[in-house]
Amino acid sequence: MTKFTSYINVLLITVMVSSMLIGCDSGSETSLSENSIIYCSEGSPETFNPQLITSGVTVDATSKQLYNQLITFNAIDNAVSPSLAKSWHVTRDNKRITFYLRKGVNFHHTQYFSPTRELNADDVLFSFNRILDTKHAFHQVSGGKYPFFQSVGFSNLIDSIEKINDYTVRFNLKRADSSFLANLATDFSVILSKEYAEQLIKSNQPELIDNYPIGTGPFKLKEYRTGSFIRFVPHEQYWDEKTTLSQLLFDITPSNTGRLTKMLAGECDIIAYPIAQEKIRQVKNLSLDQVTAFNIGYLGFNTTRFPFNNKLVRKAVAHAINKQAILDTVYFGDAEGESAKTIIPPSSWAYDNSIKEIEYSVAKARELLEQAGVEKGFTIDLWAMPVQRAYNPDAVTMAKLIQADLNQIGIKVNIISYKWQEFLRRLALGEHHAVLLGWSADHPDPDNFFTPLLSCSSAITGTNRTFWCNKAFDQIIQQALITTDIQERKTLYRQALNILYQELPLFPIAHSKRFQARTNKIKGKLLNSFGGIDFNGVTKN
Amino acid sequence: MLIFTLRRLSLFVFTLLLLTLLSFSLSFLFPGDQVTNISGQLNASPEHLEMVAAQYGKHESIFIQYWRYLTHLFQGDFGISMASQLPISEEVLNHLPATIELSSVALLIAMLVGIPIGFIAAIHHRKVTDNIILSFAMIGYSIPIFWLGLLAILIFSIQLGWLPSAGQISLVYEIEQRTGFQFFDILLSDSPYKWQAFQNASAHILLPACVVALAPATIFIRLARTAMLNVLETHYIKAAMAKGLNYRQIIFRHGIRNSLVGVIRDVGLQFANLVTLAMVTEVIFSWPGIGSWLIESIYQRDYTAIQGGLLALSSFIFIVHILTDFIYASLNPLAREVHHGSR
Repeated sequence: MTKFTSYINVLLITVMVSSMLIGCDSGSETSLSENSIIYCSEGSPETFNPQLITSGVTVDATSKQLYNQLITFNAIDNAVSPSLAKSWHVTRDNKRITFYLRKGVNFHHTQYFSPTRELNADDVLFSFNRILDTKHAFHQVSGGKYPFFQSVGFSNLIDSIEKINDYTVRFNLKRADSSFLANLATDFSVILSKEYAEQLIKSNQPELIDNYPIGTGPFKLKEYRTGSFIRFVPHEQYWDEKTTLSQLLFDITPSNTGRLTKMLAGECDIIAYPIAQEKIRQVKNLSLDQVTAFNIGYLGFNTTRFPFNNKLVRKAVAHAINKQAILDTVYFGDAEGESAKTIIPPSSWAYDNSIKEIEYSVAKARELLEQAGVEKGFTIDLWAMPVQRAYNPDAVTMAKLIQADLNQIGIKVNIISYKWQEFLRRLALGEHHAVLLGWSADHPDPDNFFTPLLSCSSAITGTNRTFWCNKAFDQIIQQALITTDIQERKTLYRQALNILYQELPLFPIAHSKRFQARTNKIKGKLLNSFGGIDFNGVTKN
Repeated sequence: MLIFTLRRLSLFVFTLLLLTLLSFSLSFLFPGDQVTNISGQLNASPEHLEMVAAQYGKHESIFIQYWRYLTHLFQGDFGISMASQLPISEEVLNHLPATIELSSVALLIAMLVGIPIGFIAAIHHRKVTDNIILSFAMIGYSIPIFWLGLLAILIFSIQLGWLPSAGQISLVYEIEQRTGFQFFDILLSDSPYKWQAFQNASAHILLPACVVALAPATIFIRLARTAMLNVLETHYIKAAMAKGLNYRQIIFRHGIRNSLVGVIRDVGLQFANLVTLAMVTEVIFSWPGIGSWLIESIYQRDYTAIQGGLLALSSFIFIVHILTDFIYASLNPLAREVHHGSR
């Protein structure tokens, strides 16, 4: 009897202790996790220096957390606003831009680096010369590729960068370019520490500069385990408003279902790119954030070939397409996309509210076709891009819907798709009649939509797949680049959008959205319509 | 006991040799260059690769190549992982402790639950309780583990929200890695949140450990039941009954102790089964153990990791077997007389 009871006792005690361990968990755990945010991200960053990449995963993990730029985009209308530079001055000819740096900006103090001085002009020079000067000691470290800066032609644009004094830097440009400021404000144009670089040269480990980052941002890197997690802690001497968090963790979870499970089980506070959005909406303590991204998915017409060299035919096709059906099928209602009225998204400052949606009307389409006087029953080749992009998750399905729509007005559609490289090569040759394609902006300056997509020069270099070249339109967008007066630029872009509405070289379909799910304990704005996520200003509880 | 030890050791050595032979031949069977497969040097310059080839005796006879391979192994050099370019030995040491932790906790749960239930079934032999327990054991043994794991996550993590579904510990707790064993590391750390971290880690291990434990527990139920039934049939039990001891005294004084001896031996045999189950479970619960690492290596065609991982894992299981054999032999003198390393 005694042995039996003692055995039972041991069992009971084990069960009680283990249940206590778990029971206590929910109660007392809050003290540490209260101020820590776990963000379940979709992949590992390739590096900790956004100058070197264009991938969204890396930008999310680094740009706004570890670094600052000279200037930044404000969250409301994406206009350029001060950051490390407290003000700037642009000469009348737009060729010289002088930045006045903020004083008292500190770099991260970490286990591997202790800064002895504050940010000054040398750091700015170092950060940009690393990109521009091919003979710079750090240019070739980490491969010597700076894809964003190469794509905007940075080295052809900048003549020189001068240090006027410790807190003043001047950029001398070879020609005027009002999108230059926007380029400096992107997530890629971060400021690194020159002092840290010099220390690394001395210890003969220059390659560490991009893996053990030192910046001026609101967080600093504590620990990174590849494929597993990133641990950030607050930067105590941050120059702007400091974060209230005690830790920021990126839990790297590449599997979509894995992230969803962790969210539902309460192991993540925020997850990137959630699936099963309906389910998340139903759960009481979770909410879904969305933001319309700076991109556009469109149907482009080859304006150099029959039948789309006739603008009436283009308009007829636009009226015949049931855009709502496309949004419902390809973008899952308004779950992943927002109907596009023109090429720029509504959150851009150049957007014109007066532009109307092209209405879906088969009757009007037939009427326009008759006006155009083309013979009935012609066939077109519609090219559907073979890859998935945020702005067009499924081009082939979209093409099939358009095929059915156009059949109603007597146009036969052949859907054509090649492998991506082949597709692009043949597109550049202009073999298509119409194409389903899209564009993601590199920075929120509206010019990044107009010039690459529809200017005469890009019709030659290849990003303008409609081959549309309108002299009046070209003049307007060039003029808009020369001036820096925002009101004047707004008026000019309004005119440009109006020409597009009249001429319709492409039919805008949708701007895709970016999503993220979070528990209701998390407050603050994380997603921006442009660029990476930003944890500064995000709080818990 | 000396002869017993020697026999076990020779068995150990020969099994290891066979294992290394298998892993050595894998480097020829995998696609790609043999030296690259065996060393993991993917981005090496031609000169460096030539040096590695010379080290492994690439230009000499196959026996010398095998011998060179063995020398590398004995120096603890398993090559480097093709995926992470870290030494395999380091990767194994990083991942093995998590698996040992999970398997040990699972084994403990399986024993604590399975053996007593098996005894209860034996005591109520051929009664309703016995039948219920046996059918439960049958069902538990038949459930595929990946399905059970998903089901457990669905119920306990998502629906009820009681237990976490992934990982060893919440990332919030910063535990410095010293021994590699999470629980020891937590106790050794000087974090002010030590106790919270310990609770959190316990909550994390509970669900995967229970999932791993289910199948072995059902085996223990049946083993303990058979062992107890055998003991109850013996003459000394009958003698004890004749002397007038009551049933409870018979079970606790004689039955349990004598039937446990039979079960202990099978605990060791179950360990191999347990580690296999743990490997699958690790993937489902994102447990950073050697199983999920090995399966990830298979996905990434990381041949060096597959060879080294297999070798390390099988030697580990084998060592555990031999250890339980020794424990069993010291508990039960009769077993020492069994020859030829078999039962």
